[in-house]
Amino acid sequence: MTTWARTPSVPAPTARLGAPRRRRSRWPDVGRAVVGAVIALLFLVPYLIMLVGSFKGQFDILTVPPTYLPKVWHPENYITMWTASQTPLLANLISTVVISVGATALMFVVCIPAAYYTARFRFPGRRAFLFVVVVTQMLQPTLLATGLFQEFGALGLSDTWIALILINAASNLTFAIWIMHNSFASVPKEISEAAQLDGAGKLAVLMRVNLPLVWPGIVTAVIFTFVASANEFSASLVILTTDTLQPLSVALSKFVGEYDASWQYLFGVSLIAIIPCVLLFVLIEKRLVGGLTAGSVH
Amino acid sequence: MRLTSHNTPAQGRVTDRPLGRALRALPWNAPATVLIFGVVLFPAGYLIFNSTQRFGLSGLDLGSAGFANYVALFQRPEIFPVLLNTFIWVISVVVITVALSLALAQFLNRKFPGRRIVRITVLIPWAASTVMTSLAFVYGLNPFYGIINKFLVDIHILRVPLGFTQQPLPAFVTAMAVGVFVSLSFTTYVILAGLAAVPNEVLEAAAVDGASSTRTYFSIVLPLLRPALVLATLINIINVFNNFPVLKLITGALPGYSDDTTTTLMFKILQSEDNLGVANALSVVNFVIVLIVIAVFLRVAQPLKEVDS
Repeated sequence: MTTWARTPSVPAPTARLGAPRRRRSRWPDVGRAVVGAVIALLFLVPYLIMLVGSFKGQFDILTVPPTYLPKVWHPENYITMWTASQTPLLANLISTVVISVGATALMFVVCIPAAYYTARFRFPGRRAFLFVVVVTQMLQPTLLATGLFQEFGALGLSDTWIALILINAASNLTFAIWIMHNSFASVPKEISEAAQLDGAGKLAVLMRVNLPLVWPGIVTAVIFTFVASANEFSASLVILTTDTLQPLSVALSKFVGEYDASWQYLFGVSLIAIIPCVLLFVLIEKRLVGGLTAGSVH
Repeated sequence: MRLTSHNTPAQGRVTDRPLGRALRALPWNAPATVLIFGVVLFPAGYLIFNSTQRFGLSGLDLGSAGFANYVALFQRPEIFPVLLNTFIWVISVVVITVALSLALAQFLNRKFPGRRIVRITVLIPWAASTVMTSLAFVYGLNPFYGIINKFLVDIHILRVPLGFTQQPLPAFVTAMAVGVFVSLSFTTYVILAGLAAVPNEVLEAAAVDGASSTRTYFSIVLPLLRPALVLATLINIINVFNNFPVLKLITGALPGYSDDTTTTLMFKILQSEDNLGVANALSVVNFVIVLIVIAVFLRVAQPLKEVDS
């Protein structure tokens, strides 16, 4: 419809039809932009609180009544927070990164062969395997917390990063396998077959022929697993008890109810954790839904 | 191992035998299968088994307890209010989230200047840690130094700062609002994907027929959104039921159990009381609740009807 109005060669009547439509739609456009700005602000509220709060001084952030903006801006909070006495924030950030990178790497190694093989070949047990993968989505770490706590305790792995790496890799496996499975399935079979005729083994066909074609799906799975692992809370809470091993999510949760919490540091480190996660999610924005919906729709 | 296709008759025969095919698939699927069994199915079975065991104070397994843990669980005075809280929590948060997301997605589906930026801000709570987002609300809603409270007073919505998180009822409602806030992103994105799949021709045909936009929405768009809505609701039920951080951070500091759901109660029994047996029993109850809620929902929504037709 809009192409009519924009095409210069259209006869007069169409142009006349197009003109009022455009005039009608300009003001709603502005109205929508205003509504959009309000929505954007509402969604930014907690993160703006973090941003402003992270620049306040220790006294300023607990002042009654509060001020919206810092009386004195304290950009040095972003340096002093790493050595703050209340909590080992640097160790907590390192824990978050180690667990997330470890879980993502494990997910990658475990899911790529499974997703590739189930997408490319038919074999007995394939349906059962994919069914179990979907069931995994329902059994989240929060629901399994007591079982995981006792299992890793019995294995002597309580209070270790390894436990959380295993748990996060497993709990994001459904999303990863489904999105990769669909990516591999969309690669024409002929491409793989041609490579096989040239004498390439299955592994070589996967690595040299398929992987380069499906990287968007793999990037999506990698980013999603990384971000979800960085934000995991329940299992970390029950399994990691040493404060220097705890990820940020657990370490920060302990500040609720503290009388003189250093909120400025919590907010500073929160933003440092949130910003990369948001940027990564924006990269895969278009594909995020695909990974979650694929499993249930097919 | 290296060649799969039917290059030679001999290899073809081996390839086609079901056992052979299953065995050849094994190395490719075994790592994922081991991970699922080890970290998902085994702990599930382990906690079900342990729910019938007695435990010493140190966590030592003292042998079978039969159903004693379940009896102890249901003799706790708070259990039935907590069960009621759980249903109120899940149903309210999911219903409000889906309703708001429908409106939000409808709005974000229209073109306007700056839409891309608004969509990104809607995405942020999904990417951000729920713990961190909740912390900002806990701080902002504090009656003494919280700046959301100050803002509400400054624009005359409140006369004096309100202790949003100091009393059980306001704290539960606040937790619900934050629960909705962190669930909106995912839900809106699923519905947006559903809206993108509504064919333009259908909408144009409705416009040509003179259908009002309300009529078009309820008679055409909403029915076409059904699969997306069913999916969004289903995943939301699981996520909201498991949304432990929001409740823990906003209501967790309150004494007693008046704001607990079965999930937060389970963590209290596990961590504060060190009562493994009862915590296991409650975890099994949680399994059952999730299954029942999902079954009832699928029964009511009947998504398969739509998929089949």
